[in-house]
Amino acid sequence: MIRFENVSKRYEGGHEALRNVSLHIQRRELAFLTGHSGAGKSTLLKLIALIERPTRGQVLVDGRNIGRLPDRQVPGHRRRIGMVFQDHKLLEDRSVFENMALPLVIGGVGNREISRRVRAALDQVGLLDKEKKTPRTLSTGEQQRVGIARAIVTRPGLLIADEPTGNLDPELSLEIMQLFRRLNEVGVTMLIATHDLELVERIGGRRIVLTDGQTAGSS
Amino acid sequence: MKNYLLRHLQNFFGSLGSMSRQPVSTAMTVAVIGIALALPSALHIMVRNGTAVSGGWEHIRNFSVYLVPGTSLDYAQRLAGEIQQQQPVQSVTVISAEQAFEELQNSAGFGDVMNTLEDNPLPHTLVVQPTADAPPAALRQMEAELLTQKEVDLVKLDTDWVNRLNAGLDLVQRLVWIAAVLLIGAVIVITGNTIRLDIQNRRAEIEVSKLLGATDAFVRRPFLYIGFWYGLFGSCFALVLLGAGFLLLNGPAERLSSLYGGAFHLMGMDRSTAMAVFGGGLLAGLGGAWSAVARHLADIQPRV
Ligand SMILES: Nc1ncnc2c1ncn2[C@@H]1O[C@H](COP(=O)(O)OP(=O)(O)OP(=O)(O)O)[C@@H](O)[C@H]1O
Ligand SMILES: [Mg+2]
Repeated sequence: MIRFENVSKRYEGGHEALRNVSLHIQRRELAFLTGHSGAGKSTLLKLIALIERPTRGQVLVDGRNIGRLPDRQVPGHRRRIGMVFQDHKLLEDRSVFENMALPLVIGGVGNREISRRVRAALDQVGLLDKEKKTPRTLSTGEQQRVGIARAIVTRPGLLIADEPTGNLDPELSLEIMQLFRRLNEVGVTMLIATHDLELVERIGGRRIVLTDGQTAGSS
Repeated sequence: MKNYLLRHLQNFFGSLGSMSRQPVSTAMTVAVIGIALALPSALHIMVRNGTAVSGGWEHIRNFSVYLVPGTSLDYAQRLAGEIQQQQPVQSVTVISAEQAFEELQNSAGFGDVMNTLEDNPLPHTLVVQPTADAPPAALRQMEAELLTQKEVDLVKLDTDWVNRLNAGLDLVQRLVWIAAVLLIGAVIVITGNTIRLDIQNRRAEIEVSKLLGATDAFVRRPFLYIGFWYGLFGSCFALVLLGAGFLLLNGPAERLSSLYGGAFHLMGMDRSTAMAVFGGGLLAGLGGAWSAVARHLADIQPRV
């Protein structure tokens, strides 16, 4: 599903965030990306979502070399993957329902189908009764779950998450990870960047460790 | 496909909602666009009125042919017959020397002077009324031909001032065009600036949309619709201003006109001017939106 071949990423200003990274994540795999702060975890995820472009090497998603994808094909690429952010990136002035509907509107889905899918995704994260609320009136954990629901509402085959439990207490973190686990079980390929090694242990799954922009090990 | 159209319609009217959430800035932008469109239109309508009035006067440019004193009335009537045959002439009236003399005698102030005269010093006169569409050039040629007759003393044909007025009106019309171009340019800048602020206010939404895979066209669309609405409402406001101006001026104009025997009536908006107002408004609104979108949307890239 995801393949990195000798990928390097050098930011403007000269810092080399990734150095010669090669890795392969199978379809339907659940993989955790760990490493110290500044190791390059976020950078690696950004290359997959084409928020950044690789400086060297090849990034393949679904067999396509996306490193050279022309700009106008970037939106289409992003629509095929789900993204979860640490700060969830919900729009404060819109209801939960409207936030959830946004990726579907972007994807050109019809109104009736939107309602159906939004409710199904909210049901999956246990927030069916919150669709009319605004994000601000939800707890941090609930906001994060809405963010996850929005990432899966388009039913992507691949979901990437950058520290989705970074702001949450251990109990909520576990809940979120279990949610990821369930999603993985129904066939979504997942790559999750996290600091929380303990949690990774409990959930179980492949671990990819980054150190100073290099893959140090994989288990 | 049906979804797509439906979505466009939603977007189209949804952009109205986003404008109504900032009523003050929306109203101000609409007002400025309206005023900028109304100004050249008002000037244009004034020129049209001027042209109509000068046209009205052109039609009553009778001219007089004075014969050499002592020429027979017979000759005067024969010449009148000849002139009558000519193309741009509607009617010819012969005023005999005697008639003219009597008229002067009867008119106040002249009577006494006339009574002291032994001979009638006045010549026979022909008053020629050209047709409404007689071209000035044809009239001038007629004048020249008449003057070649030795019995014709003087032809009084005065179209010069009408020509001057028309030339003046042409100049003003040219100014109207320049003003229109400049003001539409100003409207483009104003709309562009309003929409630039709009883009900044909706930065979060744009960023998130791009992260979720929105195309540039998708992100651009609501702003173009907003530009369209600004143009449309601005045009409507311009028409309201022009209508109000017409109502304010119409009363005094009718009164003035009645003093001149109802010679003219104030003309309001005509169809082509109204269309130009709408065309200019939409062009400016969409143009402004496009320029803002082209310059500022690309700058907004998602930061994660
Ligand atoms: N836009 C950028 N421009 C320049 N340097 C950057 C940029 N983004 C990240 N970096 C640098 O690249 C390195 C890797 O950053 P990255 O965000 O990928 O680390 P990370 O593993 O996600 O760290 P953390 O756990 O703190 O989130 C860091 O040294 C960072 O300073
Ligand atoms: Mg990071």
